[in-house]
Amino acid sequence: MSRSPIPLGRAEAAKTEASALARLWRQQRFRRIAIQAAFLAVVASVAAYFYANVVQGMRQLGLTFDYRFLHHTAGFAISEGIAYEPSDTYARAIWVGLVNTARVSLLGIALASLIGVVMGVARLSSNWLVRQMAAVYVEVFRNVPLLLQLLFWYSGVILKLPPVRQSIQLFDGVFLSQRGLYLPRLVAGESFLTWRWYCACALAAGLFVYALVRIRLRQLDRPGFPAAWAVPVTLAVATAGWLLVPSPPLELDHPVLGRFNFAGGAHVSPEFAAMLLGLSVYTGAFIAEVVRGGIQAVDKGQYEAARALGLKPWLVMYLVVLPQALRAIVPPLTNQYLNLAKNSSLAVAIGYPELFNVGTTAMNQTGQTLPVFVLMVAVYLALSLITSACMNWYNRRMAIER
Amino acid sequence: MKGDAQVPSTRITRAKEPSGQDYVRTPPGCPSPPDTDPRRLHGADRLVQNWLGAAWDWARRNFFNTWYNSILTVAILYLLYTSLRPALHWALTEARWEVIPANLQPLLIGTYPRSQGWRIWAIAHTLLLLSGLSAGAFGARVKRASAWTAVAAAFLFLLPLGPFSRSMIALGALLLTGGLWIGASRIRRRRWLFVAWFLSFPWTLFLMWGVRGSETLPRVETSWWGGLVLTLVLAVVGIAGSLPIGILLALGRRSDLPVISWCCTAFIEVVRGTPLVAVIFMAHLLVPVFLPDFRIDKVVRAMMGLTLFTSAYMAENVRGGLQSVPKGQYEAAYALGMNGTLTMLLVILPQALRSVIPSIIGQFISLFKDTSLVAIIGLLDLLGIARSVIANPAWLGLQVEVFLFAAFVYWSFSFTLSRSSRRIEQALGVGPKR
Repeated sequence: MSRSPIPLGRAEAAKTEASALARLWRQQRFRRIAIQAAFLAVVASVAAYFYANVVQGMRQLGLTFDYRFLHHTAGFAISEGIAYEPSDTYARAIWVGLVNTARVSLLGIALASLIGVVMGVARLSSNWLVRQMAAVYVEVFRNVPLLLQLLFWYSGVILKLPPVRQSIQLFDGVFLSQRGLYLPRLVAGESFLTWRWYCACALAAGLFVYALVRIRLRQLDRPGFPAAWAVPVTLAVATAGWLLVPSPPLELDHPVLGRFNFAGGAHVSPEFAAMLLGLSVYTGAFIAEVVRGGIQAVDKGQYEAARALGLKPWLVMYLVVLPQALRAIVPPLTNQYLNLAKNSSLAVAIGYPELFNVGTTAMNQTGQTLPVFVLMVAVYLALSLITSACMNWYNRRMAIER
Repeated sequence: MKGDAQVPSTRITRAKEPSGQDYVRTPPGCPSPPDTDPRRLHGADRLVQNWLGAAWDWARRNFFNTWYNSILTVAILYLLYTSLRPALHWALTEARWEVIPANLQPLLIGTYPRSQGWRIWAIAHTLLLLSGLSAGAFGARVKRASAWTAVAAAFLFLLPLGPFSRSMIALGALLLTGGLWIGASRIRRRRWLFVAWFLSFPWTLFLMWGVRGSETLPRVETSWWGGLVLTLVLAVVGIAGSLPIGILLALGRRSDLPVISWCCTAFIEVVRGTPLVAVIFMAHLLVPVFLPDFRIDKVVRAMMGLTLFTSAYMAENVRGGLQSVPKGQYEAAYALGMNGTLTMLLVILPQALRSVIPSIIGQFISLFKDTSLVAIIGLLDLLGIARSVIANPAWLGLQVEVFLFAAFVYWSFSFTLSRSSRRIEQALGVGPKR
């Protein structure tokens, strides 16, 4: 568009009786500036028109376009998350929502990666049954809308569990019911403070061994796993500390069924459980395809060359295949992680109080639709920019050095 | 498991029979072929021996080739047994499937007037004929596809439907099968199919919406649209609307005018960073505020939101297509004396769009699933109707049955589409190469 057509010959140009404006128009520099200015004018006037309408509409409701409402008392309850009272401000409420988003997204990413890697590898298994199971999993969960899956897990599965008085006891102290999952919780015992020092020592010893083994392996120029030495050392020191202190430093706090509900222990709400399950099972299906594609992208000759060098199968995997596969896996994996974080906003349908849910409540209560919306978009944008920055850094680190 | 799953066996095993009969290299852990030479057996014995031997061989190779695979096989069989048995028992005895036929009409067409149902059938038949023609032209296995069509039609016949619906289903199946055969044998130039598909979008909307004051085709306002039809219409409108916007955004992003490029990039990145629910909510709540002089229906607002959201992703797809056009094409066009606009329209875009057809189909599949989010703002698409059926006191507590049905409908559409997109990719010779 911006490229000029064939330039007219000088004589030809002189012949045409062009007005000053037409001559100006034929100058590329001027034309570029004019087009951009016109574009900017159109965009700005549309935006101004929208903004004027918004301000007008808000004035009719007796509101102004600003963020002062963030300091007002929210007045609504949030069912779970970090400490919060209805008497806290909107800013605090939105922060609680953001923390809940981060909680479900991070756990979901961890779980989805686990499911995805296992299923992706299973799709390449030599066992027919394993292969087909993984294929069925991927094709079923990838092709059904996430919202439907969330509603299914929430109202079709979790809310259909027995009421709290007839909870299913899965293991000792683990109860499953309509109200979610109750688990034993680790609480600090009397000698926890002393044991902390042993733990610090264990960590130091582990790091020391790790560094030592790593340096030695470097010197020998051999592949190996420093962690295989460091982790047992750490565990051994920590266990020794556990045995040496007078009483167990950590104790289990079991949930106990009271008159109406469980007391004590850790609680996973049905909403959170449905979100976590739905998000990780759905995204896991996509990650499985990413992982499968990544592994298949590694040239077959690479396996054969590694085997010909006499590497054991798991070393072939760890040293040759995975580093190459990861390079093909990481960029689409980033996309999946971002999708998962954004999809956590579907929690609004089942009532898990994450950012979007809290935001819509705040919108309804204050009438500040556009300001709250702009705030939420900014937060989501920041989240995705941070994630892609991290993954880009990782990708650069993994890139082939040429 | 990892090692086993990915490392193709490269160890060369010595042939078991010294006679040199065994030419095929046997993978490690795999048993040698059965000892009995089938040539020495006769008649039925020979057949059974062959068949059994092959089956046993296959089972050994696929289930029990190593000790950990054997354990895995047994564990999975046990898991399948313990989970499938109660599930099957529930599905066959306890589940109250009667909720589906009783609500089939709202689930499929929502509150669309019953007297105008033939319009939906006309749309369905147009699309079935086009699908058949395209599938045939793109090399679907005609006989197998026809068989599947027959199975699907037979399944639909089992549902308690009236004679009109049954004859319409039969006609649809006939059109699909006929399209398959004609597409496979007659269609040489597949370009017309793409044109027909793009023309089918306005045709569909025209039939759905009708003409104000017409007797034969009265206007049906969008607020009456619902069910699966609304889901499909939303997806189709989203794709059809986002394609031109996406092309403009992609061209804008690649423009060498910095202001235009920045604006387009900012728009694309902001929309891609925002969850779709937020965009739909915004369209729902803010469009009436932005444009107070117009009364825009809920369905149209949802369409606007979906189109806006999809256009950002479409722009990225198109940009990928534009990047895949070699530079020589531009140079050749300029050498022929074309200006920038002509080059784009006649040389670059046709090539770029051809290579993004598979990703447009992928976008359509994900949009088709994502339209379910309009249920959150209270639209009665397939999922919205499913939720309202569950909320009906007459059908209390049947979440699982209704959701499973809705999931099956969504699944069959997107699974079929994703399969066909793979075929189109192969037929066009574009997309990722294996």
